[in-house]
Amino acid sequence: MHPDQPRLANEGTIWKSPESSRIPARVYLDPEIYARELERIFYGAHWSYVGLEAEVPEPGCFRRTAIGERSVIMIRNRQGGINVLENRCAHRAMRFCQERYGKVKSLVCPYHQWNYNHEGKLIGVPFRRGVNGQGGMPADFTLEDRSLNKLNVATRGGVVFASFDHQVEPLDQYIGADVLQYFDRTFDGRTLVIQGYSRQRIPGNWKLMMENIKDPYHPGLLHTWFVTFGLWRADNKSQLLMDSHGRHACMISRRNEAVDEEVARAATSYRANMKLHDLRLLDIVHEKWWGAPTVCMTTIFPSVIFQQQVNSLSTRQIIPVGPDKFDFVWTHFGFEEDSPEMSTRRMRQANLFGPAGFVSADDGEVIEYSQEGLRQDDAFATLCELGGTEIGNTDHMVTETLIRGMYRYWRQVMGQ
Amino acid sequence: MNTGVELRLDLSDLYAAYCACLDAGRFEDWPDFFTEDCRYRVVARENHDRNLPLGTMDLQSRGALMDRVYAVQSTLFHAPYYQRHIVGPARIIGRDGDTIVAEANYLVIRTKRDQPSEVFNAGRYLDRIVPMPEGLRFADKICIFDSELIPNSIIYPL
Repeated sequence: MHPDQPRLANEGTIWKSPESSRIPARVYLDPEIYARELERIFYGAHWSYVGLEAEVPEPGCFRRTAIGERSVIMIRNRQGGINVLENRCAHRAMRFCQERYGKVKSLVCPYHQWNYNHEGKLIGVPFRRGVNGQGGMPADFTLEDRSLNKLNVATRGGVVFASFDHQVEPLDQYIGADVLQYFDRTFDGRTLVIQGYSRQRIPGNWKLMMENIKDPYHPGLLHTWFVTFGLWRADNKSQLLMDSHGRHACMISRRNEAVDEEVARAATSYRANMKLHDLRLLDIVHEKWWGAPTVCMTTIFPSVIFQQQVNSLSTRQIIPVGPDKFDFVWTHFGFEEDSPEMSTRRMRQANLFGPAGFVSADDGEVIEYSQEGLRQDDAFATLCELGGTEIGNTDHMVTETLIRGMYRYWRQVMGQ
Repeated sequence: MNTGVELRLDLSDLYAAYCACLDAGRFEDWPDFFTEDCRYRVVARENHDRNLPLGTMDLQSRGALMDRVYAVQSTLFHAPYYQRHIVGPARIIGRDGDTIVAEANYLVIRTKRDQPSEVFNAGRYLDRIVPMPEGLRFADKICIFDSELIPNSIIYPL
């Protein structure tokens, strides 16, 4: 650690000014900061994404996932609702669920066969009353004494969130009305269909992925495919909006097929002569529910990104694994009402996204090399001042205001 | 049509040539291993086993393969790396007229610049191979990979 840097502990801030536009490297590196993030953000009064209702269609169906570093199970109960239970036996802590998905009559920890129902209630303890009058649990033990840790759950439009905090504000208030209208644009009650999963382990701090999708500056520069085919360019009609805290955001834009030469020239990634051999990748069909925008990228702090980019839809879940890496889990989906042609179209356009995506592969790479640059000098601070230091909604994309908004909120939560 | 030992040797040559091409970084030659209306997919085993349609790559013609090559060589920002394929014996698991259905285990070792070599992607090829005038070619190839937690990104074809 650099000698001039204060220890985090209980002393003041490592930030050098009240603006949240120059982010200290330690924010991405420091294990104490990371531990506090887990405690106050992932395990605190925030909602985290755990899955889609379509993944657990029948009672007993479950999906195992994580919030922060805590393993949790999303399970459909017999009443048709959804529970989220911590994947940790109430007996001696074993993480008993090792499958990713399945369907079970009850949840059993194999070590001592403690048995729980779909509510997480303990329903069976072998040899509870002893054997031949010897041993067993104490006389005053009851099954009600120990249950699986049951999380607070909220579902909306087929999307499931959970929180370790039972006092957290309701989900619609947490997201806020402005961002919620874009959430509801996609998740408006139509039945979802799961098309598949992608997973990557990205060697960077988890916040770098939140930043990447709050960064409208880069897609029109880094992502050649976006620039060249007009899917995202600095001159496209667009809008950036945040919730009142600045933690969540939407980047909304409209495809412009005509090329503004001056804007295109600014991007060294533009390829005037790029022609696809197989044009079906760009067989884009406007869907009525989009309205005018052709793309909406939503970040819901801290754990999830909702992607609608032309006909491709996904949820992208952030699962931190220490301060210097995170697992990134994509769930691609469509709607039950999709024609076979639309399903095929969504799958073809998925070539743009995911760990090998024509667009998305770039993002994982730049995040990895950003973390390496941050690591080499913890006294560094980034310059996040495109658009100045102000924080607010805009109708253009030439600004880093959404990132500043997130860090202003982060500093409040973290006591920084 | 070849049978028996000759066919197995031809298949072995096909797989060896395919890997040599990719490992040498001669991506522009990669589409030549495929028929015109081929399909090339890289699919996570969990998706394949659950019959989910998502491919990590899903290229549906030789033209689409060429588009991937263009992306690899010109547009995808990435730290460059070596690939080294190790392929197991090809097992013929079926015939469909002239088409040979074969599978083979594969392992791709990645070496990034200034980094130790690492197991990058392990899986099996599930292939439909057809005899063409110029030799055996892939009409359909699926790389079904076990290494679902991808170490960041997959840039080059497998």
